[in-house]
Amino acid sequence: MEQNLLVVQDLEKYFYIGRSFLFAKGHIIHAVDGVSFAVKKGQVFGLVGESGCGKTSAGRAILRLIEPTAGQVFFNGQEVTSATTKELKLLRRRMQFVFQDPYSSLDPRMSIYRTLREPLSNFFTHLSRRKIRDLVAEYLVRVGLEPDYMNRYPHEFSGGQRQRIALARALITEPELIICDEPFSALDVSIQAQVINLLKKLQRDFNLSLVLISHDLAVVEYLCDPIAVMYLGRIVEISPKATLYEKPLHPYTEALLSAVLVPDPYVEKDRYRALLSGDVPSLVGIPSGCGFHPRCPLAINACRKQRPQLVEVTPGRLVACIVRGASVEKQSAKYKD
Amino acid sequence: MKLKHSNSNQRKQPSGEHLLDVRNLSVSFDLIEGTIPAIFRLDLVLDQGEILGVVGESGCGKSVMAKSIMRIIPQPPGRINSGEIFFESRELLGLRESEMRDIRGKEISMIFQEPTNSLNPAFTIGDQIAEVFRFHHRLSKGQAWSKAVEELHRVEIPDAEKRMRSYPHQLSGGMRQRAMIAMALACQPKMLIADEPTTALDVTIQAQILELISQLKRNIGMAVILITHNLGVVAAMAHRVMIMYAGRVLEEGPVENIFYHNHHPYTRGLLQSVPRLDQAHRELREIKGIVPQLNDLPGGCAFSNRCDLVMDICHKREPELKPIGPRHFSRCWLEYEPQRNG
Repeated sequence: MEQNLLVVQDLEKYFYIGRSFLFAKGHIIHAVDGVSFAVKKGQVFGLVGESGCGKTSAGRAILRLIEPTAGQVFFNGQEVTSATTKELKLLRRRMQFVFQDPYSSLDPRMSIYRTLREPLSNFFTHLSRRKIRDLVAEYLVRVGLEPDYMNRYPHEFSGGQRQRIALARALITEPELIICDEPFSALDVSIQAQVINLLKKLQRDFNLSLVLISHDLAVVEYLCDPIAVMYLGRIVEISPKATLYEKPLHPYTEALLSAVLVPDPYVEKDRYRALLSGDVPSLVGIPSGCGFHPRCPLAINACRKQRPQLVEVTPGRLVACIVRGASVEKQSAKYKD
Repeated sequence: MKLKHSNSNQRKQPSGEHLLDVRNLSVSFDLIEGTIPAIFRLDLVLDQGEILGVVGESGCGKSVMAKSIMRIIPQPPGRINSGEIFFESRELLGLRESEMRDIRGKEISMIFQEPTNSLNPAFTIGDQIAEVFRFHHRLSKGQAWSKAVEELHRVEIPDAEKRMRSYPHQLSGGMRQRAMIAMALACQPKMLIADEPTTALDVTIQAQILELISQLKRNIGMAVILITHNLGVVAAMAHRVMIMYAGRVLEEGPVENIFYHNHHPYTRGLLQSVPRLDQAHRELREIKGIVPQLNDLPGGCAFSNRCDLVMDICHKREPELKPIGPRHFSRCWLEYEPQRNG
């Protein structure tokens, strides 16, 4: 059994809004509401969901870019959530983050050299100037850029090139884990494929573990295994790639998959589409019980009252659904007999 | 079989035959950096009840094209250098602004990518939809209001009466886009221009909105120009597709031709660079290079510096958009061999 590199246990992140006065009663936003998962070494873990499902907050809370409200995160056995500032700094070298928007994540006043030097001088104090320059050049080449780009400034680059620079900045500290938050969504179609292939190659070359946060199911399917689906701050299903796409268990996953359009007119004509009615409810008033029940075609009475737990139905396959979870359990019990 | 390319004027048919007939449209913007040619000699036809998908990456001129047809290009800095736009035999570019205002919203409507920015935050949804009836049909306040409620029902907004009094910020993104569609379709226009109507929305909401557009299209029988960068949306919705790049049409044809018998290397590149849900194990082929700046295009064919099949002539002369099959055009020097990509 491979070792888990990252373990997330019951992670919660609540935001308080409208509580400007001491006694004013505000609302609580349950952005991340009890998320648990584990990432093995060398795995590319996909975290998908629609906007507002809490996937970004979860990613940031794992690295403590925002402080989690509750729950624990372990990195290589060491607890991140209780780490002191000093310990956290050491951990951050090994866990990096790549942001969605390459236009705002690079400092416009810093040359590319300074942008890439900063993490180096942060984490490795003994490096000579010459060594730093060599490293910066090396990593620029690794992400498919020219070494002499280091003297330029971010505004001289296109979105795809900026995202490559952001990747180089994350890789230069030789991390073991990178959390990528929608790294492709700001890019054009033809550029997106370049960056996807680059990330895939870098992951293999460095034997990286990745957590890829995305709303694009096709991209996640292409890169990730296993995949977790989030809805309203909770994970509703975790599954190996093959089973998730062939036979999704959770009705939300099913709806999500059938809503994705395939760029193929013949396939599209013959496809059955399970249209979801209604909107994603706001995180302020999460429905009781299972958060998905107002939109769920399978909802029964119990779904309104009882919050389903994420249960393992077959090895590596977890689902949080009262209806589907039970039926699969029965089925697998039958096979055992 | 090789088709003769000599007759490049084949598509120049007399106006009046098509609902929309754009000819030789060139639009540029005068900026401090210099003149940016946003659209270069664009031809476009649209028939009644047809959905034309316009696909391209950022800066390819697809939105400028839409805004030119609506005549909402700010001038200056925009400049329409040449071209004619015939809508039901009327030439739009020559109309007076007051005449154009009667057409906008009544005969041609447009919905935009970001409903948050295109609705007025200071007025309720109801006021904004009712205004359309008051302006175009000169209805009284009460009549316009009740017509607006009907429109909201039609786009399936629950609690329509209550929602009429909501301000845009009180609605979700999907609801706002529905309200925009209600406003655009209030006068049952003959043509709808939808500029990235679902890009800002989640996939489950996107499916709802696309279903709504095609349903309303069937009921009203309007023609749609659907601008998007999402090839899945095009595959599901469009009858005909136009691939744009650097202000030019590179390929145009029926949706089956574009997806299965395409000709231009850029079209093929685009299709191969999108991950597909039903083909996860296929390698993604990328298009090399970056999307070019419009004032810094390569000589000859605009795509020549990124093309895998580039030839000498591509650097020297820009190819014409030539017919390669029934209603199928491509702007490429490559000879057309049917079924080359089966």
